[in-house]
Amino acid sequence: MTEEISSVVEVDDQEYIINFGPQHPSTHGVLRFVVNLRGEVVKNLQPHIGYIHRGIEKMCEKLTYQQIIHLTDRMDYLSAHMNNEAVCLCVEKALDIEVPERVKYVRTILDELNRIASHQLWWCSFGMDMGGQTCYFYGLRDREKILDIFEETCGGRLLLSYNTPGGLMWDIHPNFQQRIKDFIKYFRKKLPEYDKILTGNVILQERTKGIGHLSLEDAISYGVTGPTARASGFSCDVRKNYPYSAYDKVDFKEILYTEGDTFHRYLARMEEMRESMKILEQLVDNIPAGDFTAKMKPVVKLPEGEYFQRVETSRGELGVYIISKGDKFPYRIKFRSPNFCNLATMNLMASGFKIADLIAISGSMDLVIPDIDR
Amino acid sequence: MGIRAFKNDEFKDNDTLEQFKHKGGNIILTTVDGLINWGRKNSLWPLTFATSCCGIEMMAFGGSRHDMARFGFEVYRASPRQADLIIVAGTINTKMAPVLKRLYDQMADPKYVIAMGACAISGGPFFLNSYCVVRGVEHVIPVDVYIPGCPPRPEALMYGMMQLQRKIETETVLHKKDTVKEYL
Repeated sequence: MTEEISSVVEVDDQEYIINFGPQHPSTHGVLRFVVNLRGEVVKNLQPHIGYIHRGIEKMCEKLTYQQIIHLTDRMDYLSAHMNNEAVCLCVEKALDIEVPERVKYVRTILDELNRIASHQLWWCSFGMDMGGQTCYFYGLRDREKILDIFEETCGGRLLLSYNTPGGLMWDIHPNFQQRIKDFIKYFRKKLPEYDKILTGNVILQERTKGIGHLSLEDAISYGVTGPTARASGFSCDVRKNYPYSAYDKVDFKEILYTEGDTFHRYLARMEEMRESMKILEQLVDNIPAGDFTAKMKPVVKLPEGEYFQRVETSRGELGVYIISKGDKFPYRIKFRSPNFCNLATMNLMASGFKIADLIAISGSMDLVIPDIDR
Repeated sequence: MGIRAFKNDEFKDNDTLEQFKHKGGNIILTTVDGLINWGRKNSLWPLTFATSCCGIEMMAFGGSRHDMARFGFEVYRASPRQADLIIVAGTINTKMAPVLKRLYDQMADPKYVIAMGACAISGGPFFLNSYCVVRGVEHVIPVDVYIPGCPPRPEALMYGMMQLQRKIETETVLHKKDTVKEYL
């Protein structure tokens, strides 16, 4: 291992190498960093991935398009619904199917609920990385309310698999709208608690302000997306720039900061939760009546060609690229996962800072490891 | 029939184990067993080992609604040397398997393993056609309790942990638990 590092980076007598992971609570999974340290300062950092590589892309070549859905929500499990939607939208685009308005609205609502749930979990684990155990209980308390809505309508708590090419698996539960309205009312009261407990905290601010700076140029050239890039001033929200589902019908603000440090990545996600609630409020009362799915054949065969569709997950831009040879299986499917590109900037952000800041930086990126490895 | 006539592999369900336990034994030994097992079963410290989706449900089990602290499981340990229990939450692939084996070897006796979710039991959704997933964690380390689901609900994990507690209750200090498994 030492040889493989020293062939890439010059290691002198003053430096030493430590392994960070794969089993480490702060990597949020099984990511491994090989960190070159001089004293306490990070000199170089190399992420090693593949500890949860499951070969999803290769497996998809033997599965029909309806079956692929069930593998995609195991990639980025915290934004499971968005991952499903990406494949569905790509298949619908290829078949040139217009899905009913009702489906678009329900999909968008579930997207935003999923985004809030994901950011809540990020918030509580980020708080825990910083040493605040209380955040963990506050975040999960509110997250369970969203999971109840999911469970009632979709049947699953975490992995929904509610989408299918052409629409939804079944219609929404009669309580769906009321539950969401109750949740928004509840969460509007609880979100200021989050600010009270963590955002204004002196320890958090000292540990995150000015730490892990990512410039706009680097964000663009490395292909960083999501709240991580928007905190650096890169306007990359797919919902805004290339609207899909019902995002063209709602009014919301794209959260942009120019500082690009850990604290502003934190703020970007906190603000996104507020924006998501705004979107929910606009949509929840206006779900149009109609079918929950378009008319689809039991076996979908895509016409020969190449298709691409992107959606905004809670971590950034997810792209689905399908090459079809006119068969019921895809010839090749490629996922452009947001976390993989975001991870590449890790060395850039962490070099020159202390090893303790590495925890804060990787926490603020909100990495989901199975999405990196696929 | 004595407990020794059975092979180790046959001690799998809790009902059989409890039947043997109720047959009685040396009064001093059973008292000591009872005390030790009571201590062990009520302070199971799990290792923070989550590879994928099941880890989130494991976190939810530790969270406010389900509250694993009621059973004495709440102290998640980051180091395997301080942990009693490893909950394998998620897929294990060929690159991760040696790491898991090493983590298990680093844990101090007595140690227990829970295979949580379809991936840890058999490979789950990745059983067919995947070229790198280990089909079940029992190929790497011996498993005490299997919890089905993809991912299992926190309630299922709670039930699995309580089954493990039942299993611990039937242990005796006379026989050391077999924790060695031939690696593939």
